[in-house]
Amino acid sequence: MIRRRTLLSGGAGLMLAGCDRVIQQPTVRAIIFKGEDMHRGLQRALSNRDALAPEFTPAQMSPRFRTNGTRDPGTPAYAALRAGRFADWRLTVDGLVARPLSLSLADLGRFPQRAQITRHDCVEGWSAIGKWQGPQLGEVLKAAGLRDAARYIVFRCADLYGGAPYYESIDLIDAFHPQTILAWAMNDRFLDVGHGAPLRLRVERQLGYKHAKYLMQVTAVASLAGIGKGRGGYWEDNVDYDWWAGI
Amino acid sequence: MAATVIHRHRLATRIWHWINAVAIFILIGSGLGISNAHPHLYWGRFGANFDHAWAHLPRFPAWLTIPASYNLAISRRWHLFFALVLAFSLLAYMMVSLLNRHFQRDLRVRRRDVGAAHLVADLRAHLALRFHDPEAPGEYNALQKLSYVAVIFLALPLVILTGLALSPGMNAAWPWLLDLFGGRQSARSLHFIAMAVIAAFTIVHLALVLLAGWRNELRSMLTGRWRVPE
Repeated sequence: MIRRRTLLSGGAGLMLAGCDRVIQQPTVRAIIFKGEDMHRGLQRALSNRDALAPEFTPAQMSPRFRTNGTRDPGTPAYAALRAGRFADWRLTVDGLVARPLSLSLADLGRFPQRAQITRHDCVEGWSAIGKWQGPQLGEVLKAAGLRDAARYIVFRCADLYGGAPYYESIDLIDAFHPQTILAWAMNDRFLDVGHGAPLRLRVERQLGYKHAKYLMQVTAVASLAGIGKGRGGYWEDNVDYDWWAGI
Repeated sequence: MAATVIHRHRLATRIWHWINAVAIFILIGSGLGISNAHPHLYWGRFGANFDHAWAHLPRFPAWLTIPASYNLAISRRWHLFFALVLAFSLLAYMMVSLLNRHFQRDLRVRRRDVGAAHLVADLRAHLALRFHDPEAPGEYNALQKLSYVAVIFLALPLVILTGLALSPGMNAAWPWLLDLFGGRQSARSLHFIAMAVIAAFTIVHLALVLLAGWRNELRSMLTGRWRVPE
């Protein structure tokens, strides 16, 4: 006997299952995955490369800002840094730079600071509005002296996924965007562990998974090949997330 | 007596209809997959787990979602690619339909179309399964015309613009779009509501195709040739 639901879902179900089969074809997959590049190209054609993400007033902030992803790296190395209130923590800036840097939180505090109240958009669909403060990434990169061959900035983190440090990457347009900051403060306090203490990336025109927490190392590279599985980030490498997370 | 056959749908209309049908089918399936990642809807600029949700959506079953197993990344890949197909095919169809006068000839809502008496008569005719005017068999009936106009000029543009408002990159490019919808989470709610309207239209549309005689209707959408029912 055919159940009613089987009958109802039969036609659509076959077509939907067809979509699952067809995207396993390398050509189809390549075309569908091009959507990301097309959106990036269209958006950048339509807007100024420095167009600002919306900023909000203190009254518009979320009463509670949920944590997501890693809530505590939990490694002995991180636990030791945390026990020392991050006095021994250093951010390494290296790769295709003229002057590799090793910066303490106090060093980062000596750069010009930017504070912004922005909206964090998770790829899952929720959003939260919070205040972030820190030096602009562009200023830190200028201090290190980016070499001409540099095309991408890679962020390596203290939290591990599958045994390897979480990482993310952005291109130079987003790296030098005025709202792209290395935030050490959230809502006028030092970052808490759940939100990425002691330092996280804020790259405001992109989705939440780009905003790497627990930053340890910032590396300028010419290509993303050879880093992780070569697709520019933990989620990109392992579950097909798009590298350009502007949509 | 030989059946009267008329040429009912222009080539551009037919091409767009089928591209649109595929795009909407994939967009709804992949959109329901994306919804499963955070099935709560909010009003305003922000909204997450602790905030007040006006709707808690059901978890959409595997037979309704693309892909059938939960995979947010692949749902998004389908959704974002076919969003471009939907938007640019609608734009092209609108431009061609202004030039070939499909809009002016077939979709212009005249005063007599929206008169109460006319609408009641049209509703009665629908209930009696008479879907065309024997005096003017090539024309859309009033309810048909109004629903096509609502979908083409309101629901589809709304679903496209609210979709764009969900992009953090577009929020920087076109900040006025967010203001128009009252914030990102309002835009997300409206995106879902517009989808539901389009899904409801599609279901009624398919039911009416079956009632009006699917062979004749399907042929007219493929070849343009429609046999006037006796």
